[in-house]
Amino acid sequence: MGKIEDLETINGEGYQLTNLDKAIALARANSVWPLPFATSCCGIEFMATMGSAYDLSRFGMERMSFTPRQADLLIVAGTISKKLGPVLKRVYEQMAEPKWVLSVGACACSGGIFDTYSVLQGIDRIIPVDVYVPGCPPRPEQIIEGVMNIHELVKKESNRRRYSEEYKHLLGTYQIEIDQHGEAK
Amino acid sequence: MEKQNNQEYLTAVQAAFGADVLAHEEAFGMLNIEMTPSRIHDAIQWLQQHQDLSVNYLTNIAGVHYPESVGREFAVVYQLHSWKNNLRLRIKGYLPKENLHIATITDLFAGANWMERETYDFFGIIFDGHPDLRRILNMDDMDYFPMRKEYVLEDATREDKDDRFFGRNNNEL
Amino acid sequence: MSQEIKDILQAADPANVATINFGPTHPSTHGIFQNILKVDGEKIISSEQTVGYIHRAFEKLAERRPYNQITPITDRLNYCSSPINNIGWEMTVEKLIGVDIPKRVQYMRVIIMELARIADHLICNSVIGVDAGALTSFFYPFSEREKIYELYEEMSGARLTTNMGRIGGFERDFTPVFHQKLQSFLKTFPKAFEEFDSMLARNRIFMDRTKGAGPISAERALSYSFSGPNLRAAGIDYDVRVMSPYSSYEDFDFIIPVGVNGDTYDRFMVRQEEIRQSLRIIEQAYKNLPEGDYKADLPDFYLPAKSDVYNNMEALIYHFKIVMGETELPVGEVYHAVEGGNGELGYYLISDGGRTPYRLQFRRPCFIYYQAYPEMIKGLPISDAVLTLSSINVIAGELDA
Ligand code: SF4
Repeated sequence: MGKIEDLETINGEGYQLTNLDKAIALARANSVWPLPFATSCCGIEFMATMGSAYDLSRFGMERMSFTPRQADLLIVAGTISKKLGPVLKRVYEQMAEPKWVLSVGACACSGGIFDTYSVLQGIDRIIPVDVYVPGCPPRPEQIIEGVMNIHELVKKESNRRRYSEEYKHLLGTYQIEIDQHGEAK
Repeated sequence: MEKQNNQEYLTAVQAAFGADVLAHEEAFGMLNIEMTPSRIHDAIQWLQQHQDLSVNYLTNIAGVHYPESVGREFAVVYQLHSWKNNLRLRIKGYLPKENLHIATITDLFAGANWMERETYDFFGIIFDGHPDLRRILNMDDMDYFPMRKEYVLEDATREDKDDRFFGRNNNEL
Repeated sequence: MSQEIKDILQAADPANVATINFGPTHPSTHGIFQNILKVDGEKIISSEQTVGYIHRAFEKLAERRPYNQITPITDRLNYCSSPINNIGWEMTVEKLIGVDIPKRVQYMRVIIMELARIADHLICNSVIGVDAGALTSFFYPFSEREKIYELYEEMSGARLTTNMGRIGGFERDFTPVFHQKLQSFLKTFPKAFEEFDSMLARNRIFMDRTKGAGPISAERALSYSFSGPNLRAAGIDYDVRVMSPYSSYEDFDFIIPVGVNGDTYDRFMVRQEEIRQSLRIIEQAYKNLPEGDYKADLPDFYLPAKSDVYNNMEALIYHFKIVMGETELPVGEVYHAVEGGNGELGYYLISDGGRTPYRLQFRRPCFIYYQAYPEMIKGLPISDAVLTLSSINVIAGELDA
């Protein structure tokens, strides 16, 4: 969890100064709203992660956002078939910036054990992925580890990521065009 | 009432359908009957309505591809169940690859609808009279029937695997 | 169709009919299910499902895998109760090769399978609770469900995709920890379960919400080849465990609960009662667990222990043969069915004697009964359609193969 001590601060009597960027990043990291795109077996493990034994809400994530417009983190858990690919891409495009993607499970990462004609061989063929969680299915601890890594990324990345050339180029490689606000068209 | 057994079923079907019963065997306790494909619909209907045989449950429909056996490349297998006699029964019809038509049984069992669509999707077998014979599991724009033996399993777009190292050669499947 | 529903359908004015997309990603579908609904206000006039979003080509895959490598594929059919799928497949192969399974293995299998059934029904029923607006009913049983996962872990090392057992038995005997955990589970679970039950079963709001939601008549259910709890909720007492007993189910005393109306409430209650019956079966099987070996004498199929492989020539040869798929198999066609979490889970296996099946078809109960969904929700409000969907327990893995 983020602590205020994590930030580089200037402390004085009764005040504390830091970068606005960093303060925002800290706030963002601890209130990531996930969109669970849970399709199959991994989805059940994701449910267990949400459940009382592992409890994802400890990290400010209990608010599942099923509408992509209000989600920050797309959690893709489970097999994505070629038929489902366009749906996933559509959901990604509908998410507002800033957005991150967590790919949970071997299937989402690489097609897993299903090297078959109908399964998409990894979601990174259609959308950019930030963190990969391997496993078939990954244990809830692993999923939490993945989420922690996302938090680290959120803290580190610039608030203005969407305007960077690098980011535009990245999305360009996935044929996702963005407008001047950084949102997918 | 005595429960009917395989032999009695076979005799009854043979008596009713005579020359349309092409072959039969008992495999692992289950009766297999091969019939003329065009008569299968009637046979199932007859079995369903028969007082004593009373085949009331459609377990599943499967397609099988036998590329080597000329003139009977595709098989449609109906597995049925009579709860009254607790007896399972398999009816098969073989179709040549030039003429993959067989009558639908959706009028007898509502559940046959998707089973037939799936068989069509996988093998391209056409069920005449089916209300809505479209692909079901695969994408609509798929242009082949993936379960046929000549098509490969693997995803063709992968470049990171060299199948020769796995003892497989995709071109020779 | 009741008169009321007929009136609704007749009254539908084409100008008011809207077509909406229910799914593929909808908060209440718990998975990727798309339904295209035609609605007049809140009432559903007609609907059409799209399936195949998770089609993974199991059947084609199975034609390319040796028999022991198919067990992991079956895990992913109905992943809420993987061990039933695993053991069902193993029994299919055992039927093909014709082998006697020791009584102890059969009882162990019964225990594992009934645990899996509990886990399966628990997830389904708690999700019905969620869709009716009761989130506690999801969190509370989930902590109990974790205990079943722990038991799986003890037997197989995995939580969800268990790959449980081997052809011919189990990979290990019940460990001391398993015994201890099972005993404590049998002690604590009934109490927790009854608490869960008391949250919903006689809850007025829950009953009002679920009664009459998504009904199906026995006749239609039969025509649609329903099986499992959904069929039993409609009033037909068909259960593979009783009709064609496998793995010594005939030794146990249990009843098959049936419903009357085939609606969501009946389905919920049937599952609840089945959980109680499963507990009874586990208790009986555990109490009478026979002595003996945890595997059959089946060197051609049962992978030898690793320590033997290193020290014993014969074991090494068998290991090699099994791993390379060099074992001789009989030619033939078998069908074997088990009572899965959702109904009759069948394996239709055609063997041509090769290292892989010539054809393997899974009879997937979900796939078969999901086609009745439009009929079940006709004339109902959308919120009932949501409940119906979760109460028939459509599992994407099983639906789409
Ligand atoms: S990675 Fe494994 S557990 Fe996860 S969806 Fe794929 S097959 Fe299922």
